[in-house]
Amino acid sequence: MLELHAITAGYEPRRPVFRGASLTVAPGEAVGLLGPSGCGKSTLARVAALLHRPDAGRLVLDGTEVTAWRHRAPRAWRTAVGVVFQQPRTAADPRLRLADLIAEPLRATGRKTEAADRVAELAPAVGLTPDLLTRRPHEVSDGQLQRACLARALSLSPRWLVCDEMTAMLDASTTAALVAAVETYRAETGAGLLAVGHDRVLLDRWCDRTVDWKDCLPAGTMA
Amino acid sequence: MNTRLERALDAVTAERADAALLTVRGLTVRFRLRGGRTVAAVTDADFDLAPGECLALVGESGCGKSVLASALLGLLPGNAETGGTALLDGTDLLAADEKTLARTVRGRRVGLVPQSPAAHLTPVRTVRAHLEETVRALTGTPRTARRKAAEDAADRAAFPATHLDRHPHELSGGLAQRAATALALIGDAPLLLADEPTTGLDRDLVERTADELRRHADDGRGLLLITHDLTAAARIADRVAVMYAGRIVEIAPAHRFFGPTGPAHPYARGLLDALPERAFTPIPGMPPELSALPEGCAFAPRCPRATDQCATVPELRAGVACHHPERPRA
Repeated sequence: MLELHAITAGYEPRRPVFRGASLTVAPGEAVGLLGPSGCGKSTLARVAALLHRPDAGRLVLDGTEVTAWRHRAPRAWRTAVGVVFQQPRTAADPRLRLADLIAEPLRATGRKTEAADRVAELAPAVGLTPDLLTRRPHEVSDGQLQRACLARALSLSPRWLVCDEMTAMLDASTTAALVAAVETYRAETGAGLLAVGHDRVLLDRWCDRTVDWKDCLPAGTMA
Repeated sequence: MNTRLERALDAVTAERADAALLTVRGLTVRFRLRGGRTVAAVTDADFDLAPGECLALVGESGCGKSVLASALLGLLPGNAETGGTALLDGTDLLAADEKTLARTVRGRRVGLVPQSPAAHLTPVRTVRAHLEETVRALTGTPRTARRKAAEDAADRAAFPATHLDRHPHELSGGLAQRAATALALIGDAPLLLADEPTTGLDRDLVERTADELRRHADDGRGLLLITHDLTAAARIADRVAVMYAGRIVEIAPAHRFFGPTGPAHPYARGLLDALPERAFTPIPGMPPELSALPEGCAFAPRCPRATDQCATVPELRAGVACHHPERPRA
């Protein structure tokens, strides 16, 4: 279970973006979180991905209460969650070839020896051809780079995936291809998914259930 | 397709060309790279745009859509070579020199609604300062009347007067979009170029932005909407041009393209079928590199209908560039 209980989070002291947001994702479940831009849904996704420490509230990951975020979180927690961001350009180190980009989480966790095999396995799964793997981000399109970012998120075989507007920048065909790659991975591993977005049609089609942002907040607090 | 129908369609095209605001013929853009490589960004694009009409140019990212828009504004980098013509009431935009473009075309005859408006605005100046500067540069309004002219310009794009003294970072995505649109409208240009105006906006804002652009077309402007968002195109376009690997592969009335008949080009059909409200299945494979295009039809390697015939490039006939166009669905 991925449980977010009454989370309050923001970027300035005493001025939280939202207060008391709750959301639960069952193992193997795909939940879509739907809301307008600027509502705070991406911040909640960052809390769930252990990338942003909330001001208040509890995050329980597979029965363990999370007490530390970002670099303070133990490796076992951090590697349990894979994240894909909206903008592949700002989420990719421009100096790395796509193959190194995908292998980076393995190197960072001391599993460098597995890197080559894992990249060879992941590249076809996300639709990347061998010639693309030798290029750097400026030499590929947004769609191709996002494919690499998805492969990177899957490289440590996370039990949870957080996709924050993963397809907002992409055309219809690439969107369908990336969603299919996520679903294939989930079918193989039983991973749970939190997909954040503002496209109801897409999330309804993709996820087991779609939650409106206002239903995550305590009744009567929606600004 | 029988020849009579083809001729009838060509006649319609010719008629449209007479009334056209913008007539593009054989537009080609090549980038020369070091090591003798060439990128074929746009090849032989032909289309017309009438006043009051919205033409949506759709395709995957990297297919050459934005390069086409830059070519029309003379904003291509130095290593670009252009061919063909793009006539905008008597001026060939591709042949015009920088002075003509700067003094008579940009902002005055072609307004640009940019991608990511927040990045297009100067961060240290207010929206009012942007508007007044543009009013001064484009219309020669006397100093005392500029404040009023800027407020009127904001009003035309539905930008709220209460937010005029804000800086770009204090605006939401939707308001930044309206500020950029207000700037594009000041010169009262007959042609509006909107380059991915809805990227990154949420669904409500996409619809509102699209509807506002449509309203400007209804005022008698020609609108060239460049987008990968098929839903936005379906909402406001009169005609749809599909671009693949630098070529326009299909150009069709929007009601036919999005309606029960459906597009005729296998690529266009695949693109529509990838939508979550339709089959939600991707087109297999990926688009080719523009620097290493296959011989013949560029879509053939991904196409379920490809045959030996596809080794030659199909011409655009009756709105479709395909040897094996799909039959109407209904």
